[in-house]
Amino acid sequence: MKQPVSLTVNGRQREDLVEPRLLLAHYLREVAGLTGTHIGCDTSQCGACTVLLDGRAVKSCSVFAVQAEGRAVTTVEGLAEGSALHPVQQAFWDEHGLQCGYCTPGFLMAAAQLLDDNPSPTDDEIRKGLEGNLCRCTGYANIMRAVRRAAATMNGGATMPVSGTPAAAPAAAAGS
Amino acid sequence: MAVTQMVGARIQRREDPRLITGHGRYVDDMHLTGMAHMVVVRSPHAHARVVRIDLTDAAAAPGVVAVYTARDFRTVLAGALPVAPAFVPDKKQVPDQFPIAEDEVVYQGQPVAVVVAEDRYLASDAAQLVRVDYDPLPAVMDLEKAMQPGSPVVETGRPDNVAWDAEFPGGDIEAAFAEADVVVSERITQQRLAPIAMEMRACIAEFVPFENRLTLWSSTQVPHFLRLFISGAMGLSEAQMRVIAPDVGGAFGSKIRPYPEEYLCCAAAKLTERPVKWNEERTENMVATTHGRGQIFDIEVAAKNDGTLVGLRLTQLLDVGAYHGVFSAFQAVASLVAGGCYGWKAVHGRSIGIFTNRTSTDPYRGAGRPEATHLVERAVDMVARKLGMDPADVRRRNFVHDFPHTNNFGLVYDSGDYDKTLDRALEIVDYAALRRRQQELRAAGRHIGIGLSTYVEICGLGPAAATAPAAGVALVESSVVRVHPTGSVTVVVGTHAHGQGHDTTFAQIVADALGVPYDSIDVRHGDTAESPFGYGTYGSRSLAVGGMSVLKSCHKVVEKATALAAHIFEAAEADIVVDGGRYHVRGNPADARTIGELAFASYGAGLPEGMEQGLEAVSYFDPPNFVWPFGCHVCVVEVDVESGAVHIDRYVAVDDCGVVVNPMVVDGQVHGGIAQGIAQALFEELRYDDDSGQLLTGTFLDYLVPSIAEMPDFELDRTVTPSPTNELGVKGIGEAGTIASSPAVINAVVDALSPFGITHVEMPASPDRIWALLQEARR
Repeated sequence: MKQPVSLTVNGRQREDLVEPRLLLAHYLREVAGLTGTHIGCDTSQCGACTVLLDGRAVKSCSVFAVQAEGRAVTTVEGLAEGSALHPVQQAFWDEHGLQCGYCTPGFLMAAAQLLDDNPSPTDDEIRKGLEGNLCRCTGYANIMRAVRRAAATMNGGATMPVSGTPAAAPAAAAGS
Repeated sequence: MAVTQMVGARIQRREDPRLITGHGRYVDDMHLTGMAHMVVVRSPHAHARVVRIDLTDAAAAPGVVAVYTARDFRTVLAGALPVAPAFVPDKKQVPDQFPIAEDEVVYQGQPVAVVVAEDRYLASDAAQLVRVDYDPLPAVMDLEKAMQPGSPVVETGRPDNVAWDAEFPGGDIEAAFAEADVVVSERITQQRLAPIAMEMRACIAEFVPFENRLTLWSSTQVPHFLRLFISGAMGLSEAQMRVIAPDVGGAFGSKIRPYPEEYLCCAAAKLTERPVKWNEERTENMVATTHGRGQIFDIEVAAKNDGTLVGLRLTQLLDVGAYHGVFSAFQAVASLVAGGCYGWKAVHGRSIGIFTNRTSTDPYRGAGRPEATHLVERAVDMVARKLGMDPADVRRRNFVHDFPHTNNFGLVYDSGDYDKTLDRALEIVDYAALRRRQQELRAAGRHIGIGLSTYVEICGLGPAAATAPAAGVALVESSVVRVHPTGSVTVVVGTHAHGQGHDTTFAQIVADALGVPYDSIDVRHGDTAESPFGYGTYGSRSLAVGGMSVLKSCHKVVEKATALAAHIFEAAEADIVVDGGRYHVRGNPADARTIGELAFASYGAGLPEGMEQGLEAVSYFDPPNFVWPFGCHVCVVEVDVESGAVHIDRYVAVDDCGVVVNPMVVDGQVHGGIAQGIAQALFEELRYDDDSGQLLTGTFLDYLVPSIAEMPDFELDRTVTPSPTNELGVKGIGEAGTIASSPAVINAVVDALSPFGITHVEMPASPDRIWALLQEARR
């Protein structure tokens, strides 16, 4: 028996009829059409489905959609502000903090909350803050760098515009 | 002049903006109108007779479209899953594998029925209602017992459990051992591993009745292989089938084969006349996606008292699983490269593939080379220990120095400088100081260990002459480079990227080769309707083979543009100067045409006699040799001898993959590769119950994929020894980190434990395993 759920997703109010057993992860992907939230396991270990629920990082595979009643969800699609990437997104791009990109949305959301709580984390605090997310491509080295860089950027207050042009492209090639 | 500007540039990846904003398109992100969902009912038994399948309740469940078993699929699927002849053409047995079990299941996780329903929840509900009666049979799990006469067999009707038994003689091994002053021997186990791409397998099939057209979206490394084999099984021509691999969330070899579920999904789409989606769950992925490694090596090493290595004898027992993987026998390559970067009088290998009631093994990042490197790097350390020599000195004494070098099996190492990477790595860690520190700490009751791994690997598969007989297909690679009328460029390649960054690196190559702006180039892959036949991405081949194909196409485009420029300038072709993307007559650079202008002209009238319109080229590149990356990794660990816990203090990697196109991408490949090797060395193992054949480590709760909390920072450096094999001078780097790292870690652990008389530690070197070794040693 479906029941109504009313919540805010990336700042927009939504009302849907859903099965009580529908996971928030599936609600976001299949009802709200936001496929940036990925699913990488079935035991809540991998963190690929991490979203913010009222500003707190949660694994959306371990929340029912109906439990989000009256609450605000932020997904990776809601992280950038207009054309300005969130500093965490920019830092993952700059530091090659992703390869296949599948785990990335979960890392971005977890890192965003980590830096929200603790703007200047130590390396140990970054490791502790992100140990609920698994990545198989990067060996985590560049994810560490990206989070350090994002912290530095956020402390400096700067964000960078989205651009298709690589920042470091040699001028000769870009202009030829 | 723009040439050489982009190759070598550390630029951000162009793939990333969509991936960091949630706009990637993986298979499960797509939805087709009318689409139904498939769930696979799998065998809970390793080996059993299927007595009866009762579909009544499942078929009546809410939302169910259809429930199928093997009998239904036999009406639309012909033949068996493909098996490459790889390396052991005289395979003893190649049992047929139909995509779904009929009257006997031979591994846990084997499909026995499928449910198609309106959504994934309803399909899962109904799958619970499929009732299968099994009559359990003995599970064949132990490799050595499986080889004994009278052993139960993996599947009724097979004569025994031997998949192949092949000898690889590389010189006079008896004579080599006769020269030896010392011989060391060891058994080295390569535990079974799960490749664990973060995106599990997924596919969507859409069949158009009457037209008989089939489209398959799949999370795969090899879209062209899928089309080739599945079209055949479905009774379609390749022209009637299209395979699209969109964004793919990692693979590491586990998406290298056409899988049963891809066949079943296509067949279900045809039977239901609806688009059908299948998503693998992680627990299915652990049990039903191909595994890696699963090997036992018995090795004997002969050396002289001065540390000179003379002979290496190895026997590889390889757990094939219940059926061959498509490239399972490729892993016999371990014998051919077991000599590593050292000169030997003789190397003699024997590879025995053994069937067990487990999921098939197939290539996993490195496939045969990590195993070879692990054994030879352990062997060198064992010799050093036996002779009381420093492991670095034994390595130096035995390095190959002259290139090209033909190894004991006739394989030709293209270029290398093994001393250089070793010296650089030892310099970074300050080896002498580290050894002194080790002594000081030992005196204080602390145990650090230093592990070296000096590796060379064979990759860039591969020359047609070598791979056609070994793999059944000539592993060349293809590309199309098309310059549009207004000068932008579309590049379509036969390789497939799933994290490697080809969109960026191939565009870097094209920008230089054509002299066009990097941003004007679009690189496309993964759609069989767009690209020429491509062999896919694995074996660290995409740059050295696929990138070379792209370069070759660019050369053809430049050749045509030059001919056209000569015509426009009314000059001889020999007098045309190509300066990046500008073409002019020698001595008159002011009057030049850009390649964009020439492209526009090429689509118009007034072309030279006999020249066709357009500016594009297709190329297949067949490399003259493999490429041979190498390097030295040094791992420093501290072992807590009370708990057995290993902590990695430092990890230094000095790699040489020839010319580097994008240093950032190469570093990333090295990082990820090392992490997977460390994961094997310290954490991961697929364990099965020996009696029941049940997988005991079927989730991330008990299969320990390392998190950021377990991984050290890596200190990387590089030397550049260009490959003479290709014009770019490039080698491969996708697997090097994994190939090099497990022996570096284990050598460090053994080094730390050497005061206790411990000479070898198996993987994973978990705290309980080390603790047990220490208890035994102290007894």
